[in-house]
Amino acid sequence: MNAPIDKALDQSQLDAWRGFTAGEWQQQVAVRDFIQANYTPYEGDDQFLAGPTERTTQLWNELSALLKEERKRGVLEVSAQFGSTITAHDAGYINKDLETIVGLQTDAPLRRAIMPNGGLRMVQNGLKAYHFEMNPQIEEIYTNYRKDHNNAVFDAYTPEIMACRSSGVITGLPDSYGRGRIIGDYRRVALYGVDFLIADKKREKAELDDVAFSENVIRLREELAEQIKALNELKVMAKKYGFDLSRPAATAQEAVQWLYFGYLAAVKEQNGAAMSIGRISTFLDIYFERDIKEGRITESQAQEYIDHLVMKLRIVRFLRTPEYDDLFSGDPTWVTESIGGMSEDGRTLVTKSSFRVLNTLYNLGPAPEPNLTVLWSTSFPQGFKEFCAKVSIDTSAIQYENDDLMRPKWGDDYAIACCVSAMRVGKQMQFFGARVNLAKAMLYAINGGVDEKTGKLVAKGFEPIKGDVLNYDELMAKYDKMLDWLAKTYVTALNCIHYMHDKYAYERIEMALHDRDILRTMACGIAGLSVAADSLSAVKHAKVHIKRNESGLAVDYVIEGEYPAYGNNDDRADDIAVWLSTTFMDKIKAQPVFYRDSMPTQSVLTITSNVVYGKKTGNTPDGRRAGAPFSPGANPMNGRDKNGFVAAGFSVSKIPYESALDGVSWTASMTPDALGHNASDRVKTLAASIDGLFGPHGDECPTCQSAERVDQALAELEEGPDQLFHLNMNVLNKDTLLDAMEHPENYPQLTIRVSGYAVNFVKLTREQQLDVINRTFHAKC
Amino acid sequence: MEANKPLGEIIAPAFDAEGRQYGYVHSIETGAAVDGPGMRFALFVSGCQFRCLYCHNPDTWKLHTGKQWTVDDIVAEIGKYASFLRVAGGLTISGGEPLMQAHFIGEIFRRAKQDLRIHTALDTQGFLAAHLPDDYFDNIDLVLLDIKQMNPEKYEALTGKPLQPTIDFAQRLFKMGKKIWLRYVLVPGWSDDEADVQALADYLGDMSRQYPNVLERVEVLPFHKMGENKWAELGLKYELADTQPPSQAVVHRVREQFRAQGIFCC
Repeated sequence: MNAPIDKALDQSQLDAWRGFTAGEWQQQVAVRDFIQANYTPYEGDDQFLAGPTERTTQLWNELSALLKEERKRGVLEVSAQFGSTITAHDAGYINKDLETIVGLQTDAPLRRAIMPNGGLRMVQNGLKAYHFEMNPQIEEIYTNYRKDHNNAVFDAYTPEIMACRSSGVITGLPDSYGRGRIIGDYRRVALYGVDFLIADKKREKAELDDVAFSENVIRLREELAEQIKALNELKVMAKKYGFDLSRPAATAQEAVQWLYFGYLAAVKEQNGAAMSIGRISTFLDIYFERDIKEGRITESQAQEYIDHLVMKLRIVRFLRTPEYDDLFSGDPTWVTESIGGMSEDGRTLVTKSSFRVLNTLYNLGPAPEPNLTVLWSTSFPQGFKEFCAKVSIDTSAIQYENDDLMRPKWGDDYAIACCVSAMRVGKQMQFFGARVNLAKAMLYAINGGVDEKTGKLVAKGFEPIKGDVLNYDELMAKYDKMLDWLAKTYVTALNCIHYMHDKYAYERIEMALHDRDILRTMACGIAGLSVAADSLSAVKHAKVHIKRNESGLAVDYVIEGEYPAYGNNDDRADDIAVWLSTTFMDKIKAQPVFYRDSMPTQSVLTITSNVVYGKKTGNTPDGRRAGAPFSPGANPMNGRDKNGFVAAGFSVSKIPYESALDGVSWTASMTPDALGHNASDRVKTLAASIDGLFGPHGDECPTCQSAERVDQALAELEEGPDQLFHLNMNVLNKDTLLDAMEHPENYPQLTIRVSGYAVNFVKLTREQQLDVINRTFHAKC
Repeated sequence: MEANKPLGEIIAPAFDAEGRQYGYVHSIETGAAVDGPGMRFALFVSGCQFRCLYCHNPDTWKLHTGKQWTVDDIVAEIGKYASFLRVAGGLTISGGEPLMQAHFIGEIFRRAKQDLRIHTALDTQGFLAAHLPDDYFDNIDLVLLDIKQMNPEKYEALTGKPLQPTIDFAQRLFKMGKKIWLRYVLVPGWSDDEADVQALADYLGDMSRQYPNVLERVEVLPFHKMGENKWAELGLKYELADTQPPSQAVVHRVREQFRAQGIFCC
């Protein structure tokens, strides 16, 4: 064994399941049942936590030097001689003597692998951008012998989809890279060992020996065969590091190591847009508790394993192009870890390890990855609420999602993929669908399908608006039809993409860590919600004049009068945003075919591609100038939320979760001063505010009940009260950000939250940095 | 008799044509975390008799520059946030000087307390409080009391009004047992003199020993110039243009003066 094992005894001789409460989980793969039967809720505060060990600090310092070099060059190194597979690379280390958890994507830290199955073009462009040579043999293979996902999708696309893609009315489609947003249940590797999992997969396949061999069954059988191969490769990979994964993990260190190897195999094989790790801390806590009880490890060692695991998760890398990084801001991998939540039986799922994972932000300093996501419940123990708030205030590196909203839908063992997408771990996956640009679609409705920037006809068969003043009813009628067209074109594109991805870039190891029969969602998305809502509000409540260019194309708008803007808890505008979200969801649902019978869902999430979306969209009737960034996710437009933080959060809360089961994202930024006069006030106020926003809230004023208000209250009862789904919390000074723009070298770890995930501020483009700074800072004036 | 009449004037209650009580509101802020405990709905009403040199809201001075709101509409607006405010904070009425419209805000406090069941706070310098009976304050959980100076001459120079009514009000709050957060804006050259601060600290220390658990904290607020542009917009001369924010050392010294009296100070 390479890793310094702390008790020098042969761990393989230990009974892996000693001391665990027995149950069904011992006969079949059932991680959730294992957790429920064995975990220890923790209701205390953060006093027990341990700081970094000496070797943690030394290891992180060594890694930081490499990270600094990488920031300078963009990409440190590429392993460009061969395509990556689970077993392609030899073992690699940061510093073998210091690592308690081992394993790298290639044979050296920050050396990026190439994964041509997703798309040769992305590999070629990535290598070219950073001045690396491509092995001509790989080009030959993917040109003459093997087709990639990217090529396959374009074989099936329609000219209309191509036009939408190039105009930007549909953007970010995973048609040239790995789709991601699939979470293998990596915990299975630790709990069962790989042999148990292989046997289970063989059983699943054998059950299909005697059924009618439809296309679906044949595809599934091939997939199961691939999954079994991938599991065998996982064992081979671990062998290179000296570990035998055929058996279950017997100690805490092994549990962390086994689980990480499962994840590592996935990021060796797939360059997915988001490669989330799932919901691991409470699972691992069971092993920590047992080892601590047995006297095998101390708190400091438990923390060390977590710190070392997190270090590994911080250096997951993929080779991508600068354009891709522009779209997604920096170099994200969305190694999302979902923390906390509540059990269905009412116990909290917060454990000591929920604290330990957050503590890495102190022991190693802040970082954008892993994307630490707290599944917040108003029923959380106070100690954890306050620790989370403290971490937010100190690091701005965590996000919150509403467990009380998600648990009734997805149970108590779901995790977040990417930013806000909930899925039951090992029992559900999604077909990631990026998003459509609702604001641009409105301009298409006005111009009869002609693109306002290029003058090209993108949507055929529509009549433009002819008058000089926008009429609400006329615009709504045309917009409604345009959205029908958009939904149809969009879902067609997604069906092509995911058919081909399954065929040419199947996620073998990730799917091997799923049940055979799973729920698939088709995760559609919308961008430009606030711009579209405000534009409709302007047309409805003010007078919007059209200005046309020489060729008669509407290219600008003059607003006479004022209009209520989305984000002020004013129903006149917020109801329009709700209408947009529910209407587009209905139009998606109305499509006749979803690949693999997937369940359509929707997100209101734009990441910081809101900058790129804005660039691709002309002047809009809300007064936004051409090229100006959209607001991110479901945020109100920059500067238009004038009633403060809570009003803005309440507006966002109105978007019904039912219409956006893939998540609704809200990013709020505050200065520390605006949260209170001292550290303890700030912590308490932030924790209470999250409770207030995530808890049910509705209108109430018993003494001013009019008939109308009673009706409204009744309607709300039926739909369920408003609750905020997601909060991305930044607590930062504007001055710090301005200084970081000028002196990036002083802020290597400055982390900020953008729609759904965190980024290194200094890795953003200048344009994105300015956008972040211009977003509403809720500061006391 | 004339000599006993309290200084200043509270404006008479106002009703619109339909008999609905109304008042003048400068602005609403739904995420105010530095005006009382937690995250608060801050209602800034217009009108103030004071002309504090460092005022950062001079645009709230004139009553009628505010927007007319009925009590019903204000309470309905607050009601939208009641569930949040019960968990996270409460209502703070600030200004301007809210007590200028004591009838208007009194009605808002009554309904916020009785109907919405939220925590309530009044941010005031107390100049007009002597006009109001003790039971006026029943619907107010906390008074954020601004004492701008303990030296009467300097107080008047700074605010344009005498100090005594404010001290009388402080006395009364201690006796009533009404919770107080005292706010002290620290302005170099105007309110940073060690002896002046000591006089206030001594006074508060004495009162706190006599009436424990009334004064919950003193907030020392370092002077800032974020309101300067508003003076220019109003065509007013900003006397403190050359005044700098106090140094960390002075802020620390002042806080320690209060802490030495056993008072929680931040």
